[in-house]
Amino acid sequence: MVQKKINIKNKLLRYFPLILLYFSVLNEFDIDVASLGLFSFNLPFIIIFYWSLRDPDHIGNGLIFISGILNDVTLGYPIGLSSFIYLIIIAFASYLRNITLRPSTYKDSLIFLIAILFANSVNASILSFIFAIEINFFEIIANILFTFLLYFLFARIFNYLKPMSV
Amino acid sequence: MASGRDDFIIAVRSAFLKKSNKQQFSLLALIIFSIVLIFLSNLNFVGIKYIKIGVNEATYRLSAIVSYPEKKLNESINFFTEYFHVYKENQNLKDQVNKLNIDRYNYIFLENENKKLKELIGEDQYSVDGIISKVLIDKDGKFLKSIILNRGSKNGIIKGMVVLENDYLVGQIIEVNYTTSRAILVSDLNSNIPVVLEPGSFQSILSGSGKNYGKIKYSKNKLILDENTIVYTSGSGGNFRAGLPIGKINNDIEEFAVEFFSDLSQLSYVKIQSIEGSKE
Repeated sequence: MVQKKINIKNKLLRYFPLILLYFSVLNEFDIDVASLGLFSFNLPFIIIFYWSLRDPDHIGNGLIFISGILNDVTLGYPIGLSSFIYLIIIAFASYLRNITLRPSTYKDSLIFLIAILFANSVNASILSFIFAIEINFFEIIANILFTFLLYFLFARIFNYLKPMSV
Repeated sequence: MASGRDDFIIAVRSAFLKKSNKQQFSLLALIIFSIVLIFLSNLNFVGIKYIKIGVNEATYRLSAIVSYPEKKLNESINFFTEYFHVYKENQNLKDQVNKLNIDRYNYIFLENENKKLKELIGEDQYSVDGIISKVLIDKDGKFLKSIILNRGSKNGIIKGMVVLENDYLVGQIIEVNYTTSRAILVSDLNSNIPVVLEPGSFQSILSGSGKNYGKIKYSKNKLILDENTIVYTSGSGGNFRAGLPIGKINNDIEEFAVEFFSDLSQLSYVKIQSIEGSKE
């Protein structure tokens, strides 16, 4: 009985990042509190970057690709766009993993900032140039800023959870 | 220098092509696949369209379930916020009811007069019954302000139908699946509605701002608009029936800002109507 409970707990911890990713794309986890105005952040970016960097086998590229498709459907974006953006984030994380010997949250966060700036630029360019969708750039910049700042918090949480979820 | 460049190339190649034991696909393969998908959806490829409808059906339902706790939490917060303002609101409502009672009699008189005059000039009368629909998902995306409704082609919904809440225009259907549909909200940046501003009957365009208000974008004449100016659809262009109320001017937000009559973040049930209605 106790063993069974431990197994369930381990499985939950093992799949926690994946569950959180799918929950956030289906829920469009942009915390958007009216009274706080522009406060919103992109949780999928944080999850994808962190786990692709620290443990790429934890969430497979294929599953991240599918989560992008679900995000497109939920938000009404052209199919494949979010998947492409998520894969860009993975590319940055993979590159950083290949050139880093000793990972550090602060160094990682700088590459994360570049990655989300680049990914959001590509996203905005595709939406405005190919699909002629008008965009509020100020809102996106605020979103990038909050996503970057909250990376530190989530990285700490994931650092704590990572040894338990093996 | 050359070895630095080699290291960079090796790192990039490894990032894009290397697969670990548990990975089924390389990053490059998936990137190419997603680019193909984007271009096919841009070309409105038939296969993609059907796949999209199928995925939409499943995802909307799933997303509605996942969003349920957050939705309930927001409802509870709103409930308590409103509860604290109930006394003041009651006083305001009493004043408004008195005023509306007076207006109602004028309105009935004008409506009858309008009907008679329309009969006199031979214009068709329209009656518009709508399809009541529940809002499944009302997520505010950064790029698109839209809602998902639980009515689709099965229920007679077609692209272009108008979405109303309490007879106020809130959006238009832009995507139809078998049992669900998506409506773009009037607050979306890409929403442009031909409107008429009353009193004065000024023709203009109402654009979404991406926030919870709209903006009067264009007008032939230099306008002076105050808080008594009501914005209705003008019917120009044939995308909307004329005379649907949308909101009123609120210059406190910004110049020529339109405060919507409906709270677009609190939509639960809406009415979907055809653009022109049916002839009586």
